[in-house]
Amino acid sequence: MRTELPGHQHEWLDDDAGPVVRPYTLTGGRVWPDGNGFDLVAYVLARPDPDLAAYPELHPEHRLLVELAGRGTPLVELAADLDLAVGVVRVLLGDLLSRGLVSVHQPPRATYLPDNDILKAVVDGLRAL
Amino acid sequence: MDSVRYDAERRGHVPIALKILIAGGFGAGKTTLVSALSEVRPLQTEEILTGAGVETDDLSGVETKSTTTVAMDFGRITINDDLQLYLFGTPGQDRFWFLWDELAFGALGAVVLADTRRLADCFPSIDYFEQRGIPFVVGVNCFDGSRRFSLDSVRRALDLDPEVPMVLCDARDRQSGKTVLISLVEHVARQRGEPVSAI
Repeated sequence: MRTELPGHQHEWLDDDAGPVVRPYTLTGGRVWPDGNGFDLVAYVLARPDPDLAAYPELHPEHRLLVELAGRGTPLVELAADLDLAVGVVRVLLGDLLSRGLVSVHQPPRATYLPDNDILKAVVDGLRAL
Repeated sequence: MDSVRYDAERRGHVPIALKILIAGGFGAGKTTLVSALSEVRPLQTEEILTGAGVETDDLSGVETKSTTTVAMDFGRITINDDLQLYLFGTPGQDRFWFLWDELAFGALGAVVLADTRRLADCFPSIDYFEQRGIPFVVGVNCFDGSRRFSLDSVRRALDLDPEVPMVLCDARDRQSGKTVLISLVEHVARQRGEPVSAI
C-alpha cells in the first residue's frame, strides 16, 4: 500500500522536470506492456492490411500506431510522431502485439556488438554525408 | 498491388539502428549537436518519471497517480537502407540517471561534450561511461569567445585515459559533428581490436 502523502513527495517536481501529467490514463492505468522491455529503437512493423474493425476496444492512438508502423518504424519515432511518452507507447504496442497487429523486433545482437563491416559502413557513410 | 508487394519485400527486413549518446553538462551543446547532425528536425519525446509499477504488479490506483516527464531529444542519420544512427541527447541532470541506463543499453558509444568554461560539468558523464565500459570520445566544444585551451591541458584536467580520443568541435557545424562521430566509431573499432581503415 502506498503511504505517500501529498506535499512531501517527488522532490524532482520543478521547472526542469516536465509538467505534471497523468500519462497512463490512456492505458487504463497499465504501466507494463504485455511484451515489456521494448528497446527505444525496437523496430515496429504493422501487419499488412490489418482488420482494425475487429478490435472495437482499441483507442484512436492504437489505430494511429498501426498506421504509422505500416512502413516499419522504431519505437522512439512512433512516440515522437504521436506526441506520447515512450512508456505509454510501449503499453499500447503490447496491446497491438498481443492481437497480432504488429510485430516488434528488438535490436539484433549485431546492434549491441556491431562487427567491423558495420562500423566501417558507418564511418564510410558519415564521410559521404 | 504495389504497396502490398513493397510491404512483403520489407517483411523480414529489419534495418539496424545504432544508438549513440550525446552527453555533457547543461548548456554544453548537446541539443545543438543533435540538431546539426540529424537529417530530420530534431525529434523530441518524453519518458515518464515515476516509480509507479516498479515495485509491484498491483496496478490499482496507478491511473490516478500523477507524475512528470523528462524530454529526450533525438536525431537520426540514415547511412543506408540497412543502417541508421540514432543520436540521443542525455538529460543534463544527475537525478535522471535512470533514463541514462535506458539510453545506454545497447548503445554503440557516446560523445561527451565539454565546455572549457565549465569543464567539471562533464565529469559525471565521463564517470558514467567509464564505469560501464561504454566507449566514448570527448568533444571540446569551441564556443564563441570561450578561452581556447590546449587539448593536452583539457585532457589532464579531465584525467582522461590516454586512449580516449579528444576532438575540438563546433556543435553547430555538421561537418565538425561528423568528425566527432567518426572518431567515436573508429575508437569503438580500435577497442574491438579491429581498427577501421583510415581510408
